[in-house]
Amino acid sequence: MTDFFLGHYAYWAIIFLLILGLYGMIFKNNLAKKLIGMTIFQVAIIMFYVASAVKWAATVPVLDPLTGAADAAKYISPLQHCLMLTAIVVGVATSGVAFSLVIAIYRHYKTLDESILMKRMKSS
Amino acid sequence: MIIQNSPALVPLLLLAAAISIPVLAIRKTRVAYPVAVAASLFSVMISAYNMIRVWESGPLTYHFGGWFPPIGIEYVLDSLSAFIALVVNVVAFVVLCHAGGLKGEEISGKSVPYYSLVLLFLCGANGIIVTGDLFNLYVFLEIFSLSMYGLIGIGEKRAPVAAFRYLIMGTVGASFYLLGLGFLYIITGSLNMADVRNILPLVQGNPAIAAALSLMVIGMGIKMAIFPLHGWLPDAYTYAPSTTSALVAPIGTKVAAYVIIRILFFVFDIKFVSHTWPITDLIAWLAAIGIIYGSVMAMAQNELKRMLAYSSVAQIGYIGLGIGLANPLGYIGAVLHILNHAFMKGALFLVAANIRKNSGHSDISKLDASYRKKLPWSMAAFTLAALSMIGLPPTAGFFSKWYLALGAIDKGNWVFLAVILISSLLNAVYFFRILEKVYLVPPPAQKAGEDLPPETKEREGSLIGEEKYSLMIPAVVLSFSLLLLGLLNANIVKGIIQRIIPLGM
Repeated sequence: MTDFFLGHYAYWAIIFLLILGLYGMIFKNNLAKKLIGMTIFQVAIIMFYVASAVKWAATVPVLDPLTGAADAAKYISPLQHCLMLTAIVVGVATSGVAFSLVIAIYRHYKTLDESILMKRMKSS
Repeated sequence: MIIQNSPALVPLLLLAAAISIPVLAIRKTRVAYPVAVAASLFSVMISAYNMIRVWESGPLTYHFGGWFPPIGIEYVLDSLSAFIALVVNVVAFVVLCHAGGLKGEEISGKSVPYYSLVLLFLCGANGIIVTGDLFNLYVFLEIFSLSMYGLIGIGEKRAPVAAFRYLIMGTVGASFYLLGLGFLYIITGSLNMADVRNILPLVQGNPAIAAALSLMVIGMGIKMAIFPLHGWLPDAYTYAPSTTSALVAPIGTKVAAYVIIRILFFVFDIKFVSHTWPITDLIAWLAAIGIIYGSVMAMAQNELKRMLAYSSVAQIGYIGLGIGLANPLGYIGAVLHILNHAFMKGALFLVAANIRKNSGHSDISKLDASYRKKLPWSMAAFTLAALSMIGLPPTAGFFSKWYLALGAIDKGNWVFLAVILISSLLNAVYFFRILEKVYLVPPPAQKAGEDLPPETKEREGSLIGEEKYSLMIPAVVLSFSLLLLGLLNANIVKGIIQRIIPLGM
């Protein structure tokens, strides 16, 4: 049982981050804090992919005769890292769009607090 | 050369046009709109050509950079994806034609970024439809969604709030999809859809497969706005500019529905999704609740666009129900309803845009017979589309409901049959409420027998007989093609949809 918990400690950390991100998005009242939660959530998924590529006693996937050349088992899979480069770019773009929307909201309503925002939206 | 590359041509053309619009329009902002329409017209032509080629000679594939799958990214056009791509491009083209008549009133001064975003949105939609690679699908999904947030947020004062809410939910959806894909990749070691399908039987019994499937379906369910995950939809559709509503309502959710069909039936095995891990049952029940919920909420709305948005929740329920039935008839119903609903909702939102353009509001309570005199053709289009939503033969809406009902009977589930029938009645209630006002209720001033207040008189004088062709024709084309689609439905079903009924269904 302890093996199960300790052996997967990276995944437990990732699950914690996922829940933290969801908590931020659902329960925080400030729109900027919601965005922080969203970013934590995205980063947790990026770490999940990277964690899945971890391999002990293996090296970077550059063909090297010293480490046993064609033996595929001695290399780390590079694909997850490549995929996550794309996902990081997507995450940056999402944050950009989100912040521009937050700025637009602030310009119109002069607040980022959701409960005040709802009141001002109804009154206008 | 071009012929061999045609599957990849539509997304690349739209992407190139989207990027070139800001460059071309540096001096003259007027250039943006014609470029967007031209790109959209070309994509309609190419996707029609693709459809004919697929119809004649079977699925087309394209390997990016010459890398063969499963290592490289593959684009696949089979009957289903070619068909959905054609529907999306045709509706988008008609809506873009209509956008010219609005003269960018709701997007004042922002026409360059707006049309650029429209093309990015279409590029994302076409990419999602045509790709055969699960991670590539995620990338296109994000292009599609990010441009959609922009298209919605550009609208009136409350639009950024609606767009922000959608952004948070949509990002959670896309992240869930990515998380599920991570599980799937760890299990199978492949991202190519066809390859994953071949590997999955070898790893049966691994509980992580069920987790992967659930996460991916929940993620796409948010994008599709299936019942409990629809929270972002009504605000987003209501506060967005008219063109955005008419573009996002027919295309946005349908693409996500297509992805769910792809994943459930073409990546995973039909037995797995309906028996081993019965997620299709869950989808069907949620969709059934969504149909009733959406229809009841639509009845309670007092604003035309908001009512149409809730009716979208209900109509997406029909597609979800067809997917969830997981039998051939339900599948035909779902795919046919993607087509029909795209045309119906497109037409209805275009009419809503015309009403807004003419009178500055779209409150149902203020509608009366004067609107029919001002906008005779738009109202005829509205009536026809509404009849199709209710499901009267020979309009197209009847036939998709017919297949769904047959599918429910085939499955032996009478609750679903009752839901389909009851929701048709509810549809009739909330559409006839408007039709009654538009055709029967006399304008308030005449009823009182007094003179019209001066500003109304002036406005009416300037509006009668002034229905612009550029605004009226697109709505009329979309809604009258519903009759055509209804009459030709047997050909569409036999010629296209039945060819690609998933194996083992």
